[in-house]
Amino acid sequence: MTDVAWIGAALTAARPQAVAALLRYFRNLDVAEEAFQEACLRALKTWPVNGPPRDPAAWCIFVGRNSALDEMRRRNKHDSLPEDDVIADSEDNESAMVERLDSSAYQDDVLRLLFICCQPELPATQQIAVALRIVSGLSVQEIASAFLVSEAAMAQRITRAKRVMTQSAVAFETPGPAERAERLSTVAAMIYLLFNEGYSASGGEAHVRVPLCEEAIRLGRLLLRLFPSESEIMGLTALMLLQHARAAARLDENNNIVLLDDQDRSKWDRGLIAEGLVLVEKAQRQGIPGTYQLQAALAAVHARAATPADTNWAQIDQIYAVLEALQPSPVITLNRAVAVSKVRGAAAALELLEPLAEPLGSYFHYFGVKGALLKELGRSNEAREAFNKAISLARTAAEAAHIRMNLDKLNS
Amino acid sequence: MFYCILCYNLESELQAWSREKEATVMARSEAVAHALASQGRLGPVGRLMPTTTAMTVRASREPVVLDGPFAETKEQLLGFYLVDCPSLEAAIDVARSLVGDTGALEVRPLARFYPGIGLQ
Repeated sequence: MTDVAWIGAALTAARPQAVAALLRYFRNLDVAEEAFQEACLRALKTWPVNGPPRDPAAWCIFVGRNSALDEMRRRNKHDSLPEDDVIADSEDNESAMVERLDSSAYQDDVLRLLFICCQPELPATQQIAVALRIVSGLSVQEIASAFLVSEAAMAQRITRAKRVMTQSAVAFETPGPAERAERLSTVAAMIYLLFNEGYSASGGEAHVRVPLCEEAIRLGRLLLRLFPSESEIMGLTALMLLQHARAAARLDENNNIVLLDDQDRSKWDRGLIAEGLVLVEKAQRQGIPGTYQLQAALAAVHARAATPADTNWAQIDQIYAVLEALQPSPVITLNRAVAVSKVRGAAAALELLEPLAEPLGSYFHYFGVKGALLKELGRSNEAREAFNKAISLARTAAEAAHIRMNLDKLNS
Repeated sequence: MFYCILCYNLESELQAWSREKEATVMARSEAVAHALASQGRLGPVGRLMPTTTAMTVRASREPVVLDGPFAETKEQLLGFYLVDCPSLEAAIDVARSLVGDTGALEVRPLARFYPGIGLQ
């Protein structure tokens, strides 16, 4: 057993649970992280000789906790020990520890660890960065390169974020159902932001950001293993799987975004799609609609279509109608209008667009869709006007180029 | 005699594997599978989807359908069925029709499947 790569994967997998449990024992994030670090060092020394433990997470918690307690006793003169009831069980052996890990306490441990990364006073990118550092165990260098900043700048951000986290009051009691639900939805939002940090990238940076998507999926699956009946966590994981399945088809050779209709569907990852589809079905069985679940259902309709022409637009229209009722938003109505145009024609879609003129008055996609609908209805001058407005609002060269192509078709 | 070889490991660890590690493991198991297949000794081989896709149908007065994999340690794995179903719901229906007075059936989709030879 000298496969160091295997040990790395085992420690990465053990990390969320181990750091979370150590945080509960010591109620101090720095101590918990150092304790886990120490356990990792010992694992690298002893696992190649003794073989891997049956339960690497339990091993890390046991070894990490003991080494941190030893360290505290050594420095005892200065630091006070934690409350007796926190460390009273320090005589446990490994098997007793393993037994306790089976209890539901550790699902709340991992949730708490993720939740404290989501400090509302921290900007979203810092929440994500600190979660990648603490929960996922990515190195500062890896995080810095994914965020395209220098290592020093990222180290500073993470230090600052950790300071905010240590100063915040964290409830260590087992959360009640309402609080647990709130934590889950905050953490789900953070994981989806992390996914989008990777997914929305284009250009030269796209390649280095793929690991962010993969990490978000790993965290989604982790959360779902801990909370197997949460339909929105099923929905979130499904949504990420179905979107990430298109990764290989989403960018052209110049790393420009390829629109869904133009993607080579043979490059879609069928394995990820199959898993995503099962999760969508599982989520829908519960009959409690939620926004991740519905967005995943939309992605599922596209995933099931062999070609763009096979897309079940009536189903997409229905899903958007539910989404609109659940979370009214002009952008959702705009997207629904696209589906409506395919099902009931451009005139019906244009009607849906009317109330959106004001809220979406400076939104690129609004004018892109409006132009396309007007063009379909043969109202060329109005279409040209909308397309020109869209070009003036385009945020990327690819967006502008797409509209210009439409304008050219209009002029020819 | 036919033997069923069941694979157990930490799922979280597999999900943390690098692409190289995954490729190495798959190559090793495929080499073994090829050798067995060429001797006409390999039946169906499957890789299950993650446990997060699983459902469990447990015996009760009316069978109860639960989210998640079979999680008890008191009962033992006694057998399996491989069924072709158009949806998860259809697979759950099959499990409902199979469940007895006690015990449980876990329904889990396959990620990969090799039919192997028809063992006699």
